[in-house]
Amino acid sequence: MTVEAGAEVAVSVPRLKAEPTRWGLLLRRPTFLTGAAVVLFWIVCALFGHLIASYSPLSQQLLGTNAAPSATHWFGTDNLGRDILARVIVGSREILIVTPLATLLGTVLGTVLGLAMGYFAGLFDTLVGRVVEAVLAFPSVIVSFLFIVALGPSVPTLILVIGLIFAPLIARTVRSSVLTERHLDYIASARLLGEKPARIMFAEILPNVMPSILVEFTVRLGYAIFTVATLSFLGFGIQPPTADWGADIAYANQNNALISGYWWQVLFPALAIASLVVAINLITDAIEQVLAS
Amino acid sequence: MTEHSASLLSVSHLDVTYQVRGQDRLALGDVSFEIGRGESYGLVGESGSGKSTVALALMRYLPKNGRVSAGTVRINDQDPLALGGAALRALRAKTVSMVYQEPLRALNPSLRVGKQVAEAFAVTGLAKDEAAAGAEQMLRKVQISDPGRVMQRYPHELSGGMAQRVVIAMALASDPSLLILDEPTTALDATVEAEVLDLISALRTEFSTSVLFISHNLAVIAKMCDRVGVLYAGELVEEGGAQKVFDNPRHPYTVGLLRCIPRGGQRKDRGRLDTIPGFLPTPGHGLTGCVFAARCALAQDQCRAAEPPLIDIGGGRTSRCYFHEQAPDLPRATPAEVAASAELGQEPLVVIQGLSKTFKGGVRALAGVDLSVRKGETLGLVGESGSGKTTLARVLLGLTAPDQGAVITLDGASLAPDVRRRDRDELRKLQIVFQNPDSALNRRHSIRSLISRPLVRLAGLGGQQLQQRLTELVTSVRLEERHLALHPAQLSGGLKQRVAIARAFGSGPSVVVCDEPTSALDVSVQAAILNLLADLQVGERTTYVFISHDLGLVRYLSDRIVVLYLGRIMEVGPAETVFSGPHHPYTEALLSAVPSLDGVHPERIKLTGEIPSAANPPSGCVFHTRCPRRLSTGECESTEPPLHEGETGHQIRCHIPLAELRKVPVPTSGGSK
Repeated sequence: MTVEAGAEVAVSVPRLKAEPTRWGLLLRRPTFLTGAAVVLFWIVCALFGHLIASYSPLSQQLLGTNAAPSATHWFGTDNLGRDILARVIVGSREILIVTPLATLLGTVLGTVLGLAMGYFAGLFDTLVGRVVEAVLAFPSVIVSFLFIVALGPSVPTLILVIGLIFAPLIARTVRSSVLTERHLDYIASARLLGEKPARIMFAEILPNVMPSILVEFTVRLGYAIFTVATLSFLGFGIQPPTADWGADIAYANQNNALISGYWWQVLFPALAIASLVVAINLITDAIEQVLAS
Repeated sequence: MTEHSASLLSVSHLDVTYQVRGQDRLALGDVSFEIGRGESYGLVGESGSGKSTVALALMRYLPKNGRVSAGTVRINDQDPLALGGAALRALRAKTVSMVYQEPLRALNPSLRVGKQVAEAFAVTGLAKDEAAAGAEQMLRKVQISDPGRVMQRYPHELSGGMAQRVVIAMALASDPSLLILDEPTTALDATVEAEVLDLISALRTEFSTSVLFISHNLAVIAKMCDRVGVLYAGELVEEGGAQKVFDNPRHPYTVGLLRCIPRGGQRKDRGRLDTIPGFLPTPGHGLTGCVFAARCALAQDQCRAAEPPLIDIGGGRTSRCYFHEQAPDLPRATPAEVAASAELGQEPLVVIQGLSKTFKGGVRALAGVDLSVRKGETLGLVGESGSGKTTLARVLLGLTAPDQGAVITLDGASLAPDVRRRDRDELRKLQIVFQNPDSALNRRHSIRSLISRPLVRLAGLGGQQLQQRLTELVTSVRLEERHLALHPAQLSGGLKQRVAIARAFGSGPSVVVCDEPTSALDVSVQAAILNLLADLQVGERTTYVFISHDLGLVRYLSDRIVVLYLGRIMEVGPAETVFSGPHHPYTEALLSAVPSLDGVHPERIKLTGEIPSAANPPSGCVFHTRCPRRLSTGECESTEPPLHEGETGHQIRCHIPLAELRKVPVPTSGGSK
């Protein structure tokens, strides 16, 4: 080969873009910062809740039951005299263990399934696609009941069940992203190097569909929080006496808290759930906007 | 000419700035030109030169972050930059019309064609039925033979050429004084392009409209325009009569640009193309001197110190160069000498026999193709879109499985039809350079991993050897070590294509398919890539299958040429013979469709009708529906002609004997623009 000192390339340097990274752009968004601050707050509560709360979430004060919010009990107490603030703070723990793990499980399973459906297409896609649709046809709460009743309510069961329910949903999103990548020439180029399907899926396609997977993960995380809270409220999730927002609302409800005017027993756990879901949605929006820009 | 002024459009000292991340970047600087009534003016330049920005600024269509920061524009004695809402809308509706590159994106996909065209008439103030009548009449004027039926269709049911006619009809609805055409034929096939250009010429005469024709294609401008302005980095660097500028350019950039284009039978074994070194400065470069100085071999300190003015060089021409007199003698950036060309092997390296490919729905992309390619040879594949060029390449590579019965051999050994069944050595020998490097390079991988993967995977290299070969490869495609750490998005189009070439050559292939490798690139970058491909071939004795719609490129690079039509070989032969004739009537039409830079515009051989559907090809000779030489005996309609053998490997599939084909030559004189 001729090694003629690059007459065509020399002279000036191609422009390297000194643009801020995506991460940098994210950190500039107030929505992201607000969402992240709230999530971070709840993570700190989950980790150090016992140290932060002035009362134990389990200690009963039978003389101070159903106390309204006051200087001693900021969020009031429940019908056993347990401090609602302490229960709200400590109640973040289980949900913050269950939901990320369940969503992660669902995302990993869904991604693998979606990559395979999109890449192999054809018969495999058709068969798996029908199964996925069949699963999606059942209301997710009903399916969770079935599993939880069969396996018994526990944290690992919750993770497994929610993960399995999310997987087909995530698989469909990943599949459609893979389909847009599939016709690009870099896939043909990899096949011409004799790359195996697994490498094409995970080393070639996966990095390119990662942004949509990331968005899907955050969206699902929000749904997972609702799902866990719902299951706990219905008594199939996190079990009493463990402090949990959903379960606490259910407990207050059983004791006719709202009818009796003990609104604080329902309002504060509900606000906690809402704050976490809204915060995660703020993060999701920010990520989507940064990826779209 | 009218009472007010001689010029219809006058642009003077126009500056346009775009605000990017809070900074003002000058996209157009001091652009001045005039278009007389009935005149056709061409703006030519590479991507990023600001051609389209000119059009957008004239119509006040600049995006939100762009503004005219200095200068004046007058269209028909109106200043579009100062007009209020209603007056501006009236100007756009009645005085100026614009035609864009992609006709299908300019049409509303959910409205029937008739309704859309009628709308263009309605805005000029016509009543509904008048507008519909006007639409039908105008569609007839743009040579749509059955306007009634076309009006009932939706845009996606039209071919590209037909859709562009519809857009032109809409643009002419208001009988505009100025028609702006922004790359109107770039997305079209050569034969269709020629028809649309003829149409525009005819309409221009009929409507006596002034035209601003924007294109990167110098030959198209040469054919269509009276005067031309050459735009570089947002500045008009040369202006004058189109033919004068192209025959005798007086700015180093124009000189360089023209030298990048292979013409006049230039071939890879007789001389390399000249190139323009370096890169276009970024907008908002803040250069004080001449914008072209960094890439100019004539540049002196004077050029870098102060921007040269537009210098009047006589004959109605201007050049923004202190040394315009020396410009024609600009020293070459790339030496012309070629290394001794490789001996062509005698034994065929790749043999294809009985190759057909039928897609779902009975679309026959290829039908009975027999072909052989020798070692070190470049085989050019030519044909309009839908002719089967790309399918042929994909079948050869094993990416698309052919129909039963096809035989493909490489070095005498039969190749598995599916790439997954091919062993490492077979994979190593067959590689491809795709058209679009953005699609062919995984944007998430670094250049280092992109180039080294074939070395690891197919050449089995590792450690020290890998590093050494990587360095060699990077040097041979004229990249630099520092590029290795970057990602594709950080490189320019030309550099990306070099990465793709390095990837294809990494495994030491014996056959490389080049599928339109330069069609996504600018002319000056294209020349460098063509030189690189030619150099690499000499060094490695690589065989190329070169696919292109640009006959000039195919002629420059190919040893042998195959002309495909509807998946059938119409003509095959040594490059020079295919160009000199006798020609297949289809080849003849293709050749005559190519606009020329030399100012000779022979009467074109017109093809009638559209390319038939490959799902339902015509009987007999598939070309008979469009053939200008169809025999009156009916033979063409009834029987498929055999490949007639001419001199040394030249074959033509036609019922007309070779002697006859030669006897009626391509008309070489007659019409001009």
